[in-house]
Amino acid sequence: MTVAERTPLVEMRDINVAFGGVHAVSDVTIDLYAGEVIGLVGGNGAGKSTLMRVLSGAHPADTGEILIEQQPVSINNPRDAKAYNIETIYQTLALADNIDAPGNLFLGREKTTRLGSMDDSKMEAETRKVMGRLNPNFTRFKLPVKSLSGGQRQAVAIARAVYFNARILIMDEPTAALGPAETAQVRNLVRQLKDEGIGIFLISHDIHDVFDLSDRISVMYHGRIVDTVRKSNVTPDDVLGMIILGKKPGEVSEKELAQLELRSQ
Amino acid sequence: MLVALAAILLTFNILSEGKFFQPTNMITLAVQATGVAIIATGMVLVIVSRNIDLSVGSVVGVVAMTYALLMTEWLPLLGMGADFPFRWLVALGLGIALGASLGALQGFIIAYVGVPSFIVTLGGLLSIRGVVWYLSKGAAVSGLDPNFQLIGGGAQGSIGGTATWIVGAVACLAIIGLLVNSRRQRRRFGFPVRPIWAEVVLGVVGSVVVLSVAGFANSSLWPQGLADRIAIEQNWGPRPEGGWRIPTGLPNPIVLLIGVTLVMTWMATRRRFGRYVYAYGGNPDAADLAGINTRWTILKTYILMGILCALAAAIASARLNGSTLDVGQSYELYVIAAAVVGGTSFAGGIGTIPGAVLGAFVMQSLAYGLSFMGVNSPGQNIVAGIVLILAVGFDTYNRRRGS
Repeated sequence: MTVAERTPLVEMRDINVAFGGVHAVSDVTIDLYAGEVIGLVGGNGAGKSTLMRVLSGAHPADTGEILIEQQPVSINNPRDAKAYNIETIYQTLALADNIDAPGNLFLGREKTTRLGSMDDSKMEAETRKVMGRLNPNFTRFKLPVKSLSGGQRQAVAIARAVYFNARILIMDEPTAALGPAETAQVRNLVRQLKDEGIGIFLISHDIHDVFDLSDRISVMYHGRIVDTVRKSNVTPDDVLGMIILGKKPGEVSEKELAQLELRSQ
Repeated sequence: MLVALAAILLTFNILSEGKFFQPTNMITLAVQATGVAIIATGMVLVIVSRNIDLSVGSVVGVVAMTYALLMTEWLPLLGMGADFPFRWLVALGLGIALGASLGALQGFIIAYVGVPSFIVTLGGLLSIRGVVWYLSKGAAVSGLDPNFQLIGGGAQGSIGGTATWIVGAVACLAIIGLLVNSRRQRRRFGFPVRPIWAEVVLGVVGSVVVLSVAGFANSSLWPQGLADRIAIEQNWGPRPEGGWRIPTGLPNPIVLLIGVTLVMTWMATRRRFGRYVYAYGGNPDAADLAGINTRWTILKTYILMGILCALAAAIASARLNGSTLDVGQSYELYVIAAAVVGGTSFAGGIGTIPGAVLGAFVMQSLAYGLSFMGVNSPGQNIVAGIVLILAVGFDTYNRRRGS
């Protein structure tokens, strides 16, 4: 299959989001292909998370359109997004701390018996299955997730996204709270999911993560996309320059470069 | 919590030299606690989802007055007089509908308009109590349907000896059935199970407790005068030696409370609605992001509150055989106290329905026991207030140590 024949899994076109007078996201257009990882990078407040919240239905866009497999769709709440197999792992994990792992994994999509009651045993069994794949050491299925470690909580949040056959996966800082071993696990998982043909948006502060996992990198600066580049065409320093200065590598002046050098020393 | 309740009851029994534990006393105490306990089961869900309902007392008041007016004035106008056999049922249905509508109205303003629940229900507390006055022009109303009065308990408003044993037996079977079913489910998925002796101990202890309560309820007898009168009315035959011994068994309001507790516990723990209430209380954002319709969930908790208030109002007005302007006054305080003493946390996400029912019994046992010992009602309030603070203080201390 040639590149021209392939159609994007998701396209977000001219997305705008404003909070009061602040343009959190302005005129952003971005696309994602199946089996591709896009690293979404930028400084704090650059608009990465807000852009992804639009796609996951957590916050509606003011203007702009979203196409999934070239069909325009309207995503007004998280339920809509899930209906299109868009799953999200939030930076805050978005877990209900007082509920156990199976309860969180199936939150909003509980397995029920014929009479409409929750089938806790079934949910626990499914959770054991998926956690066995993600984190075989996980054993505390009956405890509120409050009492789990950061890595285990992360595993629950990831399991929730993976279990429901995501086609589009949004990962917001998936390794920020993890130790080295768990970070390696998450990286392996990203590669595995990519091989299964899932399209992934990866938001990260860690430039190494991004270079390691992404096919393309989109840099955001003050709510705009500076540029979307193939990983093979740039160096980490180029990307850092774009994040900090908000300009493409060719547009940066000697003076700005010198300032950047100063800052990094 | 069970231990605390047992300790309170035992203390009063010792202080009163064994008079406190008479079946009549215990049954009166329990019946007095039913109204607050029934509403407390709903207050748990409201507090768990980070809201509050201060209007429950006024809703009880307005529904109780509505029951009274329906049966004395309004329904007879529609041709449902004293000889219409289902008058009590029609009144009950309309009262429940009124309670549910008041709950729905307040819940809508809270969930969809976004006014804080404290404010909305404080407004409800004031204005709905005012409506009670306008309904009856300030007068007390009395003379309910005789069938309706049975909701309030008393010798005739109890289910009798045989039915009490049947309820007890069904409860024992249910306990055993639940244990067996849970074990089978865990086996089916290969989860670890409790050792078999632990299951047996649980089943035996549960059954013994249930049957003792049934036996205790059946040791309360009909008053002799009443038994004699009914015996003549219904041709029971000659009076036996030593008089009639008719066990009252469980009073209707207690049966109602047991039913409400079971249904509410089932909704809170087995249904998705309950799961959503707890998830919202634990983390409102997570519940929203999981795609839960959180507004509708909150609205439903208030509709449920209205229905429970209507049930409590039925018991209150049936016991009074009518209604006055102040039925349900201060209920909100006792109900919130019961929920909190029963382990519900204002931080949200934590609380159980059986806990709240026990909490209601603890508070009522204290009040009843103190009045039994001759302490007046201001004195009872002092104790109740201190117990409330101690209970929450103890809970906070425990939680801090645990974390």
